[in-house]
Amino acid sequence: MDNNLVEVTNLHFKRNGRPIFNGVDIVIPRGKIVAIMGPSGTGKTTLLRLIGGQLQPASGKIIVAGQDIHQLSLSELYKLRKKMGMLFQSGGLFTHLNVFENVAFPLREHTQLSEKMIRSLVLMKLQMVGLRGARDLMPSELSGGMARRVALARAIALDPALIMYDEPLSGQDPISMGVLIKLIRAINNALGLTSIIVSHDVQETLSIADYVYVISDGKLIGEGMADAITRDPSEKLQQFLHGIPDGPVPFHYPAVNFEQDLMREGE
Amino acid sequence: MLNQVVLLGRLGIELIRDYGKAGQLLFHVIFRLPNFRKGFPLVLQQIYAEGVLSLIIIIVSSLFIGMVVALQGYHTLAKFGASAELGPLVALSVVRELGPVVTGLLFAGRAGSAVTAEIGLMKATEQLSSMEMMAVNPVHRVISPRLWGGFISMPLLTIIFNMTAIYGAYLVGVKWLGLDAGVFWSNMQSSVDFHADLLNGIIKSVVFGFVVAWISVYQGYFAEPTSAGIASATTRTVVYSSLAILGLDFVLTAMMIGGW
Repeated sequence: MDNNLVEVTNLHFKRNGRPIFNGVDIVIPRGKIVAIMGPSGTGKTTLLRLIGGQLQPASGKIIVAGQDIHQLSLSELYKLRKKMGMLFQSGGLFTHLNVFENVAFPLREHTQLSEKMIRSLVLMKLQMVGLRGARDLMPSELSGGMARRVALARAIALDPALIMYDEPLSGQDPISMGVLIKLIRAINNALGLTSIIVSHDVQETLSIADYVYVISDGKLIGEGMADAITRDPSEKLQQFLHGIPDGPVPFHYPAVNFEQDLMREGE
Repeated sequence: MLNQVVLLGRLGIELIRDYGKAGQLLFHVIFRLPNFRKGFPLVLQQIYAEGVLSLIIIIVSSLFIGMVVALQGYHTLAKFGASAELGPLVALSVVRELGPVVTGLLFAGRAGSAVTAEIGLMKATEQLSSMEMMAVNPVHRVISPRLWGGFISMPLLTIIFNMTAIYGAYLVGVKWLGLDAGVFWSNMQSSVDFHADLLNGIIKSVVFGFVVAWISVYQGYFAEPTSAGIASATTRTVVYSSLAILGLDFVLTAMMIGGW
């Protein structure tokens, strides 16, 4: 069996003519938690959507579980997606279904299990994320952290091989953040999953990631184990890791000279 | 001048692209093997959401429309000593034109806009994307039941509209203005033809239902996933549906009067 679950090779992707990825190579080994980090707007979420086959690259190849995801037919793609889970930034919970039904949704869609079995499985998944008691609540009654935990329970309902987290920690209070970090690690170990975390929460993500890729301006600017990344001398990488407001990633959006701009007559 | 030509060309291409996308969406809904076990409950839910929940506006509107048509008709007919023809006047106006057209317009405003807003919001909150990532096709799970639900609901609502409007006319003509009930009903019965009037009205409602449901799901599915995008998609649903209903009504009427 191939040691890598996901292999991204020489990925190029453009949106509205603007290049997002310019020759990115990423490897996600089985059973590991890999973090993909970078400033906002660098296309981290886009990368997850490319891996999930929701977007088509301009060129390059993405192999998931030995299959070139962009060469698959729709039915083959959907078959492969049953082995993938994705936790969206907003949770993506179905607002017309309660917590229990949200988690039961993939089971009802893809299995012929009895109602009793579905109930047991849903309760087990909710127990894992600590929300068994919230099974009757509607998504509108959940806090942001709880909604992500429910979405996590739903993402692992079919016991996927790969789970992708899109900004799982952003906008969370310290307790929710701690809970999510613990859960990501615990679920990865307990279910033998491979996890990809896309995030710009540096310290928290480095604390759970086995391997880290940092992307900026459509290219990889660093990769390695968490310790190695923090010691990398690259100026761009250090600016990102330490949150320095100005540097190789400029504070100002490209514009004409400020004085010239002020002196210019009304346009 | 050249810029205007370029702009016109771009608009034309965008229009053709939109029609293509709408046609593709419809193709994916219609030409697929139906899954009755999963699909039937979803369609039923949509018949409830789009049809049953539209009942109040349909019943109240049709009652008043029937009453107003009767009131106006009675006073005009009375001038020619033809007030006994009130029943046929109301019935023919309602079953041929007012029923399908007004039901279609109300349906677009009540149910069509709701469908567009719901699908657009599902898109904006990543519910459709998460469905795709769970290997569930949103076109089959979300779009298809809503399109079929609208298609089935519209003719049923039109039948209810027709009945209530005629009852409203009966209340005004017979109970208020004192027309003989026997004359009212028997003249209506002898003047209304099942095929040429009733059935043609229902055929119109089937066409309008299909068009409104198609526009609604298309606008929702391809809405820009922002609050402004959803608002403008909802507006477009109501505007395009209303124009389509009125335009198609003329075409269908011309075809029906011309004997197809």
